[in-house]
Amino acid sequence: MSEHEHSEHIVSPGTYVAIILSLLALTGLTVAAAYVNLSDYVPFKQANIFVALLIATVKATLVVLFFMHVKYSPKRTKLVIMAGIFWLLILLFMTLSDYASRIDYRGVRFPMSQHVTREAFPRS
Amino acid sequence: MSTASRTGTAPALKLPEKHYLNSEYGLRSWLLTTDHKRIALLYLASVTFFFFIGGFFAMMIRLHLLTPSGYLLSADTYNRMFTMHGVTMVFFFLIPSIPTILGNFLIPLMVGAKDLAFPKINLLSWYIYIVGGAFTLYSMVTGGLDTGWTFYTPLSTVYSNSAVAPAVLGVFITGFSSILTGLNFLVTIHTMRAPGMTWFRLPLFVWAHYATSVVMILGTPVIAITLGLAAMERVFGLGFFNPAMGGDPILFQHLFWFYSHPAVYIMILPAMGVISELIPTFARKKLFGYHFVAGSSIAIAVIGFVVWAHHMFLTGQSTYAAIAFSFLTFLVAIPSAIKTFNWTATLFGGSISFDTPMLYAFGFLGLFLVGGLTGLFLGCLGIDMHVHDTYFVVAHFHYIMVGGAVMGYLGGLHFWWPKMTGRMYPEWLARIAAFILFVGFNLTFFPQFVLGYLGMPRRYHAYPPEFQVYNVMSTAGASILAVGYLLPMAYLTWAAFYGKIAGENPWPATGLEWKTPSPPPTENFEVTPVVTWEPYDFHNRPDLGLDVPSHTGVMPVPAHGHD
Amino acid sequence: MHRTGALYGQFETLEQQKETASLGMWIFLVTEVMFFGGIMLAYTINRHTSFHAFAMGSNTLSLPLGGFNTVVLLASSFTMAMAVWSSQTGKKRLIPIFLTLTILLGFVFFGVKYVEYAQKFHNHLIPGKNFDIRYCVNNPSKCEDIQPDDLAKERAEIAEAFEADPDLNAHAQLYYSAYFGMTGLHALHMVIGAGLLFWLLRNSMRGMYTPEWNTPVDLVGLYWHFVDIVWIYLFPLLYLIDRHK
Repeated sequence: MSEHEHSEHIVSPGTYVAIILSLLALTGLTVAAAYVNLSDYVPFKQANIFVALLIATVKATLVVLFFMHVKYSPKRTKLVIMAGIFWLLILLFMTLSDYASRIDYRGVRFPMSQHVTREAFPRS
Repeated sequence: MSTASRTGTAPALKLPEKHYLNSEYGLRSWLLTTDHKRIALLYLASVTFFFFIGGFFAMMIRLHLLTPSGYLLSADTYNRMFTMHGVTMVFFFLIPSIPTILGNFLIPLMVGAKDLAFPKINLLSWYIYIVGGAFTLYSMVTGGLDTGWTFYTPLSTVYSNSAVAPAVLGVFITGFSSILTGLNFLVTIHTMRAPGMTWFRLPLFVWAHYATSVVMILGTPVIAITLGLAAMERVFGLGFFNPAMGGDPILFQHLFWFYSHPAVYIMILPAMGVISELIPTFARKKLFGYHFVAGSSIAIAVIGFVVWAHHMFLTGQSTYAAIAFSFLTFLVAIPSAIKTFNWTATLFGGSISFDTPMLYAFGFLGLFLVGGLTGLFLGCLGIDMHVHDTYFVVAHFHYIMVGGAVMGYLGGLHFWWPKMTGRMYPEWLARIAAFILFVGFNLTFFPQFVLGYLGMPRRYHAYPPEFQVYNVMSTAGASILAVGYLLPMAYLTWAAFYGKIAGENPWPATGLEWKTPSPPPTENFEVTPVVTWEPYDFHNRPDLGLDVPSHTGVMPVPAHGHD
Repeated sequence: MHRTGALYGQFETLEQQKETASLGMWIFLVTEVMFFGGIMLAYTINRHTSFHAFAMGSNTLSLPLGGFNTVVLLASSFTMAMAVWSSQTGKKRLIPIFLTLTILLGFVFFGVKYVEYAQKFHNHLIPGKNFDIRYCVNNPSKCEDIQPDDLAKERAEIAEAFEADPDLNAHAQLYYSAYFGMTGLHALHMVIGAGLLFWLLRNSMRGMYTPEWNTPVDLVGLYWHFVDIVWIYLFPLLYLIDRHK
């Protein structure tokens, strides 16, 4: 079952330099974005954290694909990584699905239940 | 050679000259071994030790519950008994048992490899298990543990006066043993298969352990971080799970059950793998629906990760989430049902013999069915309102874990004992012991379904007098069950030294492990095998000496392994 | 199992051995994803329910130091990738050089972390009995990091936060629990990584790594990059909450 080993495709130092420069630029971008209240520009209250996580994900993807050679790795490696990320998302989102769909969680209204009133659920 | 053992006029079988047990002598050769077969035996000794400890706590529970107002133990002590019974049995017996003993021993043999992918990591995982066990034992003798095996906060992190920190640390450490074992199995199955051993020629025991390993890899780290955070909270006063500091106990429960539900699939999938080996062998018939059984193992592993909040229906979690989790719980029952149907279909038209491993397999089929169906009752929100935290739940999970997993474990131990030791156990004594175990088990746990439905809560040291009859039945059953456990421990140990020599393939069974001598040599195979046959293919294996006709295997005369 | 050259006894070919090692390391990294994932979940839930406390806590962190550490770790990933490249192309002399650079950058990271932790300790920001988020505003002479003209602004910010959340002091401990928990866990992984790098350095100076067999360099590289990725997420999650205020 030997497929292409990533060491057979050797990534050049030039590519690495391009990647590190991109990573540094993205770091600067995320710091700059933190100083702007992005919710002023888009009707999305959580805009700042969303953008921050998006940029972080782009950075992580660059590290995974190039520094960790996954772009040139066998399909199985990519499958293992996808599975790991998928499972992390299950942990995060299915737990959040509980909190987000509660009517009233200690005075904090999650977005999904913003419009539900106490009167609609007299006994809960 | 196998034919010869059946006609009765055979020359006496002899153990091979050099095998993994006599290749080296001395304590160092065992404690520093990297041979997966020796490591399996190291695990056998330590897992059995913890089984005794857990069994002792069970005995204390049942003795105490003979009387309604609890004369034997104080309430605090009783809390410690059920907690330590749970912690020991779950983390130190059920989760390791089949994978670390049978899995370690058999997976390299079944895939045609000389050892697992990472033999030294295999040994490390045993040492990690021992260290974790030592911490947990330490906590048991320095104050015990009274939080329930579920360690719910803030009782465990703030209010409990028991030795929570070392126990949690012990379980945390043992989790890494599980992770390393799962990692080893996954990589071995992917990269170390012999030439010709394609995925769909693998025995279902291997598929089951592949699925189990996926669960170990993805789930165990979450309980590790959860217990780590709980320990931090107890020792340093962090506040994630403490309402007084704005933390949330339900968050702990989410994190805890995210692992602990898939953990029950770690306990049952290997047992199902054993059953998938036993039934074709003792029905002399190809397993019905191989692809479905293989796929259902993976399905159970995957769907099992999205049902955890069914342990939390009564916590005040969102009703919408509860409905989703309830639906998914019903969904996860489907692959288990698929397996059960396929096993049953395998029996149909087969030539069935009632050797001890098959008795355990039959026990599994019936008891797992009861346990699984009662799980569906619990997954139904309305019923769970009524029976959550009662003995109904206790009975449900014991039917699965003892009636299912332990039956699979004992059946597998008996089945592969000749391969591991080169010698057969005494068949008639073993059948009697299996029967005693079955009777004792049902007498112990069936009354608990009734108790739970009538409303007796679990983890209570006292109960209303009208429940006493059922509790007495349950304790009586437990004493019979204990005999059913002690007998195999005694005669299997005896048989390892003095049993009748078994030969290469006493049953006979298909499978690569039965093509090596019993016991196998250290390097498993002298020449790397090349696999050209399908699994459980009784029809095309004339070397087995079975009188199987070439069309769909209905046999005129059953051939027994060694009668 | 005995070895013949670089080949361990349980394997048939060097190719199989390399494939096995690589798959093993990737599966291990997946377990690490789930491990950090648990504490990320705890952070997420608590951030949402105690947002003011989290915002307050995040603003006490030094953004220059955090940003600098991010750059340091990214650079160390670059030098690590170069070390792997050197081992793949047979440039044996370069391997120890790049490994040393990686280790040095790692130690710079530790140094900055130490400064940050010491500052927290001094400012009564370690969760526990002595925790007091108002310590620096109430005792400005004892905290060097507050400028006099910023003091009034800080006081107003804290007062506003307390109005929004009367239990701010208790909830702020949750933020610092997350901070120390996540960065502490990350630092622990870096210490282990540094140990592995020293081991690689020693072996590389003996010329042990060749293009035919550079598996340890490769695998430690994967581990080091993973640790970098964790920090890539920790930085915005911990340092960049509500900075625009």
